[in-house]
Amino acid sequence: MTRVLIVDDHRLFRSGVRAELGDSIEVVGEAEDVDSAVKAIAELQPDVVLLDVHMPGGGGQEVLRRVLGAGSQVRFLALSVSDAAEDVIGVIRGGARGYVTKNISGKELTDAISRVADGDAVFSPRLAGFVLDAFASSEAPPIDPELDSLTQREREVLRLIARGYAYKEIAKELFISVKTVETHVSSVLRKLQLSNRHELSRWATARRLV
Amino acid sequence: MTDQKTLAEPETSGPYRRMMRPMEGRLVGGVAQGLAAQLKLDPVVIRLVFVLLSVVGGVGGVAYAVLWMITPREPYRGEPPARDWSQLAAFTAIGVALLAFGFLTGASRGGIGMLPFAVGGIGGLILWQQADPDRRKNWVSGATKSIRKNRVRTLLGVMLVVAGGIGFLVVEGQLQEAGQGLLFTAVVVGGLAVIAAPWLAGLWKELQLERRERIRQEERAEVAAMVHDSVLHTLTLIQRVAHDSREVTRLARSQERELRNWLYQPAQDADATLAAAVRRIAAEEEDAHGVPIEVVCVGDIDLDSGGRLGAMLKAARQSMVNAAKYSESPSISVYAEVEGEEVTIFVKDRGKGFDLDAVPVDRMGIRESIIGRMERHGGAARVRTEPGEGTEVMLTMKVEKQ
Repeated sequence: MTRVLIVDDHRLFRSGVRAELGDSIEVVGEAEDVDSAVKAIAELQPDVVLLDVHMPGGGGQEVLRRVLGAGSQVRFLALSVSDAAEDVIGVIRGGARGYVTKNISGKELTDAISRVADGDAVFSPRLAGFVLDAFASSEAPPIDPELDSLTQREREVLRLIARGYAYKEIAKELFISVKTVETHVSSVLRKLQLSNRHELSRWATARRLV
Repeated sequence: MTDQKTLAEPETSGPYRRMMRPMEGRLVGGVAQGLAAQLKLDPVVIRLVFVLLSVVGGVGGVAYAVLWMITPREPYRGEPPARDWSQLAAFTAIGVALLAFGFLTGASRGGIGMLPFAVGGIGGLILWQQADPDRRKNWVSGATKSIRKNRVRTLLGVMLVVAGGIGFLVVEGQLQEAGQGLLFTAVVVGGLAVIAAPWLAGLWKELQLERRERIRQEERAEVAAMVHDSVLHTLTLIQRVAHDSREVTRLARSQERELRNWLYQPAQDADATLAAAVRRIAAEEEDAHGVPIEVVCVGDIDLDSGGRLGAMLKAARQSMVNAAKYSESPSISVYAEVEGEEVTIFVKDRGKGFDLDAVPVDRMGIRESIIGRMERHGGAARVRTEPGEGTEVMLTMKVEKQ
């Protein structure tokens, strides 16, 4: 049973998510702003925190900064209505292990939570597109070649995610196991979080598209 | 200095505080500021006093120099802050103007004749310091602000005074009698300008404030119009068709898209680039068929004049229409990518799929509108489908790099 904390400033949305989540998920609590979220995470120690990006008191990024900054190992899945590159790249670089939009179906959300609980990453098609775009748009040579560029295989996996393939379908398409797909995605997540190419943030700010 | 104790701020301990010359905000040596802090007066007043005294036989200058030598500098970490040269220039201008005034009236030549002016001036300044503190603060901050902000105006004032000085010397030599009246006028006008500056600056500031407020109100009106014209209407429509879940979804999606565009999308020509055109087409087909179409674009390219990308977009639209109409898929994914000289568009659904070989030859949808069209324009189309496995159409086109 995965223990989940829902952090969102819209009560209606919190109860909607609660109702939609499958039986394999136990919602242990809810929080409606940054302060109550930080407190609830410390008290309840959930496996996964469903984190809204826009909230009073600094938003999801502030929660990430305070909780992960204090050395917590809690895993975060960002959930937002916004598809703006700034927000997506912002929370991922803040430490979230995945990003999904709020129009995701209950079943998909349940899958995504389980995946994050297992330590894997969850990329929506749009996030995959952003990553491909951000890593491709660089003309400057990478500072750290290991972190600052994607491997051919990672690029292929991301492209298939952007095309709307599920992990299982990607595994079938590339003749690899689902576990390997997950490994590639986690590796991309790590690069996304650790690469100190300033272009990533600059790219996200410049591109205020949905 | 005896009432210093009562006037001193609570945090300054001890009965007597040593005078210091602060680095921050100094104009010359920080003497005036230090003295002002000691006497609980405004530094502007002290500065004017020094200027006035300097005009009278240079007493102010000597006093300043002595104070400078005997007062220690306040310790300051880091690089010394820059002086506010424009303020210094303003004080110098006042000094020069007073000096010119003194020469003209002949007061300074006698030495004693100017003293009443100086004493009166200092008294006036101290009185002014005692006046309604709020109002005074407004005057002073207005004046210094306007001096700081309008360097051009200050420079102009200084130039005027300098020109007046030069003119004065010329007149001394030649047109002493006639020129004096003229000079008086110039000096008076200059003085009036100095006096009027804060007031003008205040007026200007008020005008700016008003304009900003007006812009804010216009923005608010625009938001209100947007919410009223589209969002409220859509919500009403949704309530009316609440029984038809497909139509409700369609309305909500189209409203969401419109709102997002309005909020985030920079105003751009919808058909200037490939990504924008793909988004527009997907939006149109989503509206027409009520099936959500998720678009992801990587890279972008301007549309070509040769019509190759135009043909590709038509093929992409036909693929979306097919998926929306026949696949029964709950959603459609569109992925457009520009990489180097190659443009690729994928249209994928998770619907029922079909047997490609079993499609009758006369069905134009796939053969003509998609595959045929792409090939005629030098591109390629590939359709991957199987019954029960969904369908994916892949369109590729080579373009010349701009």
